[in-house]
Amino acid sequence: MSQLSVNHLLGIKYLNEADIQLIFETADHFKEVINRPIKKVPSLRDITIANLFFENSTRTKLSFELAEKRLSADVINFSAAQSSVKKGETLIDTVNNILSMKVDMVVMRHPNPGAGVFLSRHIGASIVNAGDGAHEHPTQALLDSYSIRERLGDVAGKNVVIVGDILHSRVALSNIFALKLQGANIKVCGPKTLIPKHIESLGVTVETDLRKALEWCDVANMLRVQNERMDISYFPSTREYTQQFGVNKNMLDTLDKEIVIMHPGPINRGVEITSDVADSKQAIILNQVENGVAVRMAVIYLLASKIKS
Amino acid sequence: MSQKVLLSSKEIHIILHRLACQLIENHLDFKDTVLIGIQPRGKFLADRLIRILRDDYQVGDIPLGYLDITFYRDDFRRGEKPLEANKTQIDFLVEDKKVVFIDDVLYTGRSIRAALTAIQSFGRPAEIELLTLIDRRFSRHLPIQPDYRGRQVDAINKEKVRVMWKENEGEDVIYLVGN
Repeated sequence: MSQLSVNHLLGIKYLNEADIQLIFETADHFKEVINRPIKKVPSLRDITIANLFFENSTRTKLSFELAEKRLSADVINFSAAQSSVKKGETLIDTVNNILSMKVDMVVMRHPNPGAGVFLSRHIGASIVNAGDGAHEHPTQALLDSYSIRERLGDVAGKNVVIVGDILHSRVALSNIFALKLQGANIKVCGPKTLIPKHIESLGVTVETDLRKALEWCDVANMLRVQNERMDISYFPSTREYTQQFGVNKNMLDTLDKEIVIMHPGPINRGVEITSDVADSKQAIILNQVENGVAVRMAVIYLLASKIKS
Repeated sequence: MSQKVLLSSKEIHIILHRLACQLIENHLDFKDTVLIGIQPRGKFLADRLIRILRDDYQVGDIPLGYLDITFYRDDFRRGEKPLEANKTQIDFLVEDKKVVFIDDVLYTGRSIRAALTAIQSFGRPAEIELLTLIDRRFSRHLPIQPDYRGRQVDAINKEKVRVMWKENEGEDVIYLVGN
């Protein structure tokens, strides 16, 4: 078996296609493991992992923690809200203090883009980026591609549209990198104000008409409108956003094929997708969550195999 | 690198039939027995035994699974090469069953130790037996011995036993490979 080409998972940007395939093949094995009566393997019993969340998270944190526990790693959790960060400690000091307790791997979410890359230059532990600002969220992109591969057999050659708030979305950027590496065709769709300038340079096309985008695609990845990151108004009202960029069941039923609906969660029901779409057979939103554990187990397992004992 | 034939195709044929008969002797109709091939190489032996039991001795419908032990090994991060996983396929529970582990070569016993842990994820077996084609005695690191053995071999540590199967490598033959 080949190894990952990297010692950290800082972003999809740093991976190659073989890395992604290796992660997926390993995740296949872990998916079988987590469907056993006893869902746990002892591989990482000598590894300690710190989950450092400097920004709120529910599902990603739970998913990582479950993945770590299913691999038998020891886990410590840290949330910025209850820490010395509030007292003015720097990121490196915080992390070095934690590493002094003999931690082998750090899973970090941070509001600043590049926080993971910065940390990797200064500390010895393996780092997994669990989201850095509006930059990258690599494990989300991996589990999205893994879920497409599971549903459609392959990612290569598929048409994928990413709809919504592209500007503030780390999920969108990581997905674009991951889908590109695997040979998918990508469009982004959303209000012009929420589509970054020059995004075409990443090899994607922009479509502002949702209907046209849905007619073109095999998969629609619906992103959440990130109100918490918006310092100004990017569109007149939520109602208007929904009218133009929300997906409902009628719209899907009038397409000439059945497209796959994805959502990284948390869903704002009735805004980006209606409830009947979210709960329909076309939606693989809960499969994404299940696959998230398997994919994160694969990433952690493969990175841990590179830590010298 | 030298290699000598340990077992020829004909000898393997005779041994497999003997092992099949020994299994029948202990398990009769295999009512509560399941066979588990240890991945990757025990799979071929398990497949072959199932076929012999079915075609030559009319014992069919024995549950067969494959168990991968990669994630249970005790040498994760100790070897030069990363550990490559294989497919685990066990579509039944082993709760209260008589489990027979099937592997081609028994060497240090560490794989079987890992398999004993791994199988617990699929229930609590009534008992577990071990069938192995080649038993490299004097090489054990753990107190594990086979219940059914094809051939016992004295091989020094540097030597390797290579088992080849018609389905995979084109012929049935077992080599002892020296340096």
